[in-house]
Amino acid sequence: MMRRYRWSGLAVAAAIMLPFLLSKFQTFQATQIMVYAIAILGLNLLTGYNGQISLGHGAFYAIGAYVTAILMDQAGAPYWAAIPVAAIICFGVGFLFGFPARRLGGHYLALATFALALAVPQLLKWRMIEHWTGGVQGVFLDKPGAPFGLPLNSDHWLYYLVLAHVVLLFWCAANLLRGRIGRAIRAIRDQPVAAETAGIDIARTKAIVFGVSATYTGIAGALSALVIQFVAPDSFPFFLSIYLVVGLVVGGASSLWGAFLGAGFITMVPNIAAEISKGATGLIYAVAMIALMYWLPQGISGGVQRLFVCVSRRRRTAHPSGEG
Amino acid sequence: MLHQLVSGLMTGAIYGIVALSLVMIFNATNHINFAQGEMAMFSTYVAWMLINAGLPYWAAFGATVALSFVGGMALERMVLRPFRDAPLLSIVVVFVALLLAFNALAGWIWGYVLKKFPSPVSQFSTGTSLIGAHELFVVAVTVLMLTVLFLFFRFTRLGLSMRAAAQNPVSARLVGIRVGRMLTLGWGLAAAIGAIAGMLVAPIVFLDPDMMGGILLYAFASALLGGIDSPAGAVLGGLIVGVGENLLGAYVVGNDIKLTVALIVVISVLIVRPRGILGRITVRRV
Repeated sequence: MMRRYRWSGLAVAAAIMLPFLLSKFQTFQATQIMVYAIAILGLNLLTGYNGQISLGHGAFYAIGAYVTAILMDQAGAPYWAAIPVAAIICFGVGFLFGFPARRLGGHYLALATFALALAVPQLLKWRMIEHWTGGVQGVFLDKPGAPFGLPLNSDHWLYYLVLAHVVLLFWCAANLLRGRIGRAIRAIRDQPVAAETAGIDIARTKAIVFGVSATYTGIAGALSALVIQFVAPDSFPFFLSIYLVVGLVVGGASSLWGAFLGAGFITMVPNIAAEISKGATGLIYAVAMIALMYWLPQGISGGVQRLFVCVSRRRRTAHPSGEG
Repeated sequence: MLHQLVSGLMTGAIYGIVALSLVMIFNATNHINFAQGEMAMFSTYVAWMLINAGLPYWAAFGATVALSFVGGMALERMVLRPFRDAPLLSIVVVFVALLLAFNALAGWIWGYVLKKFPSPVSQFSTGTSLIGAHELFVVAVTVLMLTVLFLFFRFTRLGLSMRAAAQNPVSARLVGIRVGRMLTLGWGLAAAIGAIAGMLVAPIVFLDPDMMGGILLYAFASALLGGIDSPAGAVLGGLIVGVGENLLGAYVVGNDIKLTVALIVVISVLIVRPRGILGRITVRRV
């Protein structure tokens, strides 16, 4: 039990210390990375583990953010109540989308979600719902401060709020994937026919995974609304969906902690590349994606894991009696 | 009403051409090319650059189509070929990467400011307000292209070889068709058709790196509606989607959620009739 959580525990401890070493802007960036990590984890559950390719997860991110913003702005709901509501709504939308999508194999699902990604930015500007969404202007939110008189400034509080979600959601995902359901999810990806023969209800499982995935990405969207304190259609462009895919590919499909690598990549690269040109970001993404697909289809995390396996195998052969 | 119908047919023709290029690649490789719109956009920028360099329109048109043809073939050879046997996720990721790459490159080279693109028939007038000269031109080019492609795939040796290579690669190889070469050719043709579509659409929507986003969605809807493997279906689907979009936009839902209508078309076709109007049913053995 303790062994299993050794590395995760160390990482969380380090993450708790981190804001005291970082500047205000760096703390914001770290928070942003964790938000993206949750979104990418959601996409990974669907695409990496279940084999359902989604190019439209930006839509669920946007829904999560908008539900939170509207609840806080229109209904005066506190943020801690708005996030679970956003999560539930995203599960519903994701499940409903996944329900018909379960019949769509492979690239047809990619196509349907691609269409979703293209349509949602325009839908957010729809005049009929402008009253709630604020139209093109969007919605401004207040910055949540630390509760119970904790001696934290609001940037640090946001950081810890997001960190708490990261820990909870990654723990849930790890548990989900370890058990029977996790095996079913992977079986559907690798051998759908065999999975069905083994009694797995493919349609239902796929729809539920879609819902769970949308929930994760929706929670990330909800947190992003709090972190940035502003939602507008332009915050959720079509390319957001694509960037999430970039993060997934760079971090590595089918590895949970890869999501952090991917999130770091899509947060940091634009900052660095913007100094060269606005187009440089996209180009770096594209080259990284193709190169990784060519040499490391499992992403950076997959590459690192392979390296570990190689090293430990070599050590085992060098010291046959040792544990390795 | 009549005007909406006519302009619907015109936009429909454009969707049809983009859909046609999607169908070309689907027929050659069984993949849906998510980068098709951005490839067309990039070609159109090349045409814009050639025209600005002083070339007459038709020379630039021809050169762009030729360059796109070569570019499409090069893309297949150098980028896509290594992934021929890769899992679907890898291939989709590569398409997405191409989409990003073309969008970013165009923005980097030519900037993000809207540019005007000329129409070769702008000095003519049709003498009626019902249909503009450029609209007529678009429809004419679409009909011409569909006819040429139909004849090409029906009656020429090369066209038949391409169809054979796509439908049954193993048997095609046995009768001496170079299947790999046919794939390359299919990509070249798709890129060339996309370039023509881009040059037709640019005078209407202006030139910018994101100009094809919406059009690509409609083109997907058209291709699916008509049948993703049927060139005639692509154009038919394009016309239906174009007219439907214009009428719905003008009279029912308004212009600001038209893309959502396309999304609904995509999903409903996929669920109700995945093979579209004119598509073939494919039965897969498991």
